[in-house]
Amino acid sequence: MGSSRPTFQEESFARRHIGPQGQDLQDMLDVVGAADCEEFLAQVVPDEIRTDKVSAFPAISEHRLTTEPLSEVEALDVLRNFASMNSSHKAMLGLGYYNCHMPGPVQRHILENPSWYTAYTPYQAEISQGRLEMLLNFQTMVTSLCGLPMANASLLDEATAAAEAMILLLRACKDKAKNRFLVDADLHPQILAVLRTRAKPLDIELVICAQKEDFIKEGAFGALLGMPGSSGLVQDHSELIAQLASDNVKTALCTDLLALCLLKSPGEMGASVAIGSSQRFGLPLGAGGPHAAFFTCESQCTRFLPGRIVGISRDTNDRLALRLALQTREQHIRRAKATSNICTAQVLPAILAAAFAVYHGPKGLVGIAKRVHNQACKIAQAAQAADIDLVHSSFFDTLRLRTPNAEQIKSDLAAKGIDVLAQDGMISLSCDETTTDHDIGLIIEALGASPSSAVSSSLPDQLLRKDQILPQPVFSRHVSEHAFMRYLQMLASRDIALNRSMIPLGSCTMKLNATTQMAALSWPEFGNVHPFSERSSQAGIIAIADDLGDMLTSITGFDAITMQPNAGSQGEYCGLLAICGYHQANGETERNICLVPESAHGTNPASAVMAGLQVVTVAIDANGEIDMDDLRAKVQQYSKHLAALMVTYPSTCGIYSPQIIEICDLIHSNGGQIYMDGANLNALVGIAEPGKFGPDIMHINLHKTFCIPHGGGGPGMGPVVCREHLKPHLPGHFTKIESDRTDGAISSTPLGSALLLIISWAYMRMMGAQGLRKASTIAVLSANYMAKLLAAHYDLAYTDSNGNCAHEFILDARAYKKTAGIGVEDIAKRLIDMGFHAPTISFPVVGALMIEPTESEPKEEIDRFCEALIAIRKEIAQIEEGHLDQTNNPLINAPHVAADLLAEDYQAPYSREQAAYPLPWIRNNKYWPPVSRIDQVFGDRNLRCTLEPDEELS
Amino acid sequence: MTKYYTREHEWIAPANNESTWRVGITDYAQDQLGDVVTVELPDVGSEHGAGDACSVVESVKSASDIYAPVAGKIVAINERLDAEPELVNQSPEEDGWLFEIQTDGSPDLTGFIDDQQYSALIAE
Repeated sequence: MGSSRPTFQEESFARRHIGPQGQDLQDMLDVVGAADCEEFLAQVVPDEIRTDKVSAFPAISEHRLTTEPLSEVEALDVLRNFASMNSSHKAMLGLGYYNCHMPGPVQRHILENPSWYTAYTPYQAEISQGRLEMLLNFQTMVTSLCGLPMANASLLDEATAAAEAMILLLRACKDKAKNRFLVDADLHPQILAVLRTRAKPLDIELVICAQKEDFIKEGAFGALLGMPGSSGLVQDHSELIAQLASDNVKTALCTDLLALCLLKSPGEMGASVAIGSSQRFGLPLGAGGPHAAFFTCESQCTRFLPGRIVGISRDTNDRLALRLALQTREQHIRRAKATSNICTAQVLPAILAAAFAVYHGPKGLVGIAKRVHNQACKIAQAAQAADIDLVHSSFFDTLRLRTPNAEQIKSDLAAKGIDVLAQDGMISLSCDETTTDHDIGLIIEALGASPSSAVSSSLPDQLLRKDQILPQPVFSRHVSEHAFMRYLQMLASRDIALNRSMIPLGSCTMKLNATTQMAALSWPEFGNVHPFSERSSQAGIIAIADDLGDMLTSITGFDAITMQPNAGSQGEYCGLLAICGYHQANGETERNICLVPESAHGTNPASAVMAGLQVVTVAIDANGEIDMDDLRAKVQQYSKHLAALMVTYPSTCGIYSPQIIEICDLIHSNGGQIYMDGANLNALVGIAEPGKFGPDIMHINLHKTFCIPHGGGGPGMGPVVCREHLKPHLPGHFTKIESDRTDGAISSTPLGSALLLIISWAYMRMMGAQGLRKASTIAVLSANYMAKLLAAHYDLAYTDSNGNCAHEFILDARAYKKTAGIGVEDIAKRLIDMGFHAPTISFPVVGALMIEPTESEPKEEIDRFCEALIAIRKEIAQIEEGHLDQTNNPLINAPHVAADLLAEDYQAPYSREQAAYPLPWIRNNKYWPPVSRIDQVFGDRNLRCTLEPDEELS
Repeated sequence: MTKYYTREHEWIAPANNESTWRVGITDYAQDQLGDVVTVELPDVGSEHGAGDACSVVESVKSASDIYAPVAGKIVAINERLDAEPELVNQSPEEDGWLFEIQTDGSPDLTGFIDDQQYSALIAE
């Protein structure tokens, strides 16, 4: 006793975050031949870029903190303070964001369960059947409600989904001369803003249509209508859609899933595409996200769909199995010709929304929709009785009331804790799942009206939905909480996430997502913040964004930041637009060439095309570095037209190279700008400052380097940092939260998926600048330690001139195809039998494995993983030596399913033990894959991405 | 009947009438691509310059552009491929043909190689 500080105060968070400690750390240093961490850094990081000191982050002034890292307890205290700075009002502002209740079991068993939030994108489908099934539920839900057959597994937000709809319709239009896009004026302002940004570089002319006569078909390749409109108006667009279709103009509808529980579907109205946000299916407003946008379309457009699609296929034993379908549409394969640059999407929010539908079922959802509509009707009828003009008599949840007292009513309601919009002599408000009779009473009172006795629906009969929604058994079977909880647990148990074993994915940085960082995500003080509420109402979240922004610019050496991009791909797009804006401001409009190394992430060329740039590929030399001769030749060839070079540093091959300085000089001296892809920033934090060694602008994947969990494929955040000269060209937003610029929005909301900033803020404040330097050092050390252990068994594809790598390295597995008939896929699948998620395969080198351990893995886990890879190499050797059959061996047949091993007619020429327990420790904690190798070809040839009405998976 | 090959691993052979040519990918190309899951064919009636990408053959993990080997107008496409893309694997130089292109006069065949030269090329 005696001290008032809790004893665990003494423990720094860095000790929890960084895996290797004490003797383990020393042993690892011994293996790489360094006496201590600083000596190690000097060995691997080029002098030209290395900084030897990192200055502490300044204290957060309002909280009178020291510059010392916060403990976990202190971080939560400070977050509570920030939370209290946000308004506690109920925001009824609408505009695409509606309050709702996340069901308790959804929160506890998914949002707060690492089985779901620490999983990776389901490229390794055999260990991802659980989340793939919930994503299939999401796609099924979206298609059922929208009345269209095909859907993807989420997009980043509603506004970018609208932009993707525009691009899809452009691609689907056969007449390539058409460049006009007809846009309903009654769409949310953020959608119109993002459409403007996205249309401009592609020379698409937006025609904003306020009335039916404005929809002129000449030169138009497509149309986008609101249903319901932003104003709340609900109308049947069938006639307009048919008119447009008669001239081959396809229509997309921007819609609302809850409204569709009652209303005629977009498919029935004749729409080709429907998009929207699934936020109100249980997700907090969170000052803008993360939320899953949805995208669904008619069959003819399937091949133009952006983003990931979950498809149904089968495994080697004819069991039904799920996997990502039609991947050749996507940037990682199609690069500059991809349907979109999207990579990380919103998987976790999509899973939460699907779980909301499973929890409530069709009857529950219709009940919620009716209640919401009924609440709106109560206000509407009371207002009309008081002679207040209702602008649209046909509505679902959003009302516009014309009154000379709009401002007064708004402030009266604010005094009672309810926020509504007042503009142009109108009050606008949206009812939602949380709207109570008490709220209705306050609103009616503020309007000076009286409650009407009988309430009737405003919706005309021909607008009502006649078909049954969500007939699939999964949406009706899990009514009791026991049934629901067990369904979620069954799905979770099928997957490998970080709570089971390390996920050493190169270029993905699967580090610890600490509990303390995640805690505040469930706090209503953050969850209930509407992204378009007044600045003072979101003061707490803005303060977090500001402090995080200061820390990020400080540690990367840049001058300015925007939080708007809600994924790395969005950051690339945002950064390239800033570069284009800069060239244009300098009168150099002819600069339209973007150089991209052939080893770049597929998002790079895809983003460049979206920004209106022409991609020119730069070759890679034998060391995995940019081929300087080729670069010089191309810079010379395109000199006058050179806009930018996109470069990843350390390189995508995992090498620090001092040549980066020369590359940056070469581009700058030819008038180009350097875009740095920050995917590999975990090798640099506190060690080198990209803002000081050449790059002009860079995105930061907060979901890689700064601890936002991957969520099975999103959410992510891709804030962009830049040097002073590019600052004026960062995107604006009508809310003016970040700057005075109002145009150029690339996301729905000014701070992107703002809720996630809490996670990265907590990480940085709990580590401190010095701790972050330590983290990056250990990340690089762990990679070099693994490379040294594995180099005795596998060939390393690349190392620097001293034989070192950065935070990741590539094992070359190409030779085994010839020597043993074994491909890199077989190695990946055999790791599943040992309980591991495979490293990144076939990027950036086809047929190779890229391994990134991160700083968070203890030495024991790293050793276990190396042991697994070494055991696999021995099995390959057994094939090479003829002890195992080339076509029937544990690698080719991996992963092994229990039922197949237990089969009476088990006939493989190796034992069941070797199949299931190739290493002794596997017996203690065996992961049994639910399916064997999945047939990718069958799935793509027989595409199916939704459940049949009577179909059940589990 | 003469059949020519291109260095992009396509073949071209005269179809029924003398200004119409049938185009497909070679056995070597289909083997490199792996199991074909989709073939995107050009529209009948569309016109293409020599070397224009006018079609895409996709496997699960890759997508390959198919170039019009000669300039002309598409007069026929292999509609069977819509339901049976595997024909490209099973019979790349017969049933798995892609499209027929009609040239304006006799096309420029310089740069094309014969089957022996092609065999030598893929043996490299």
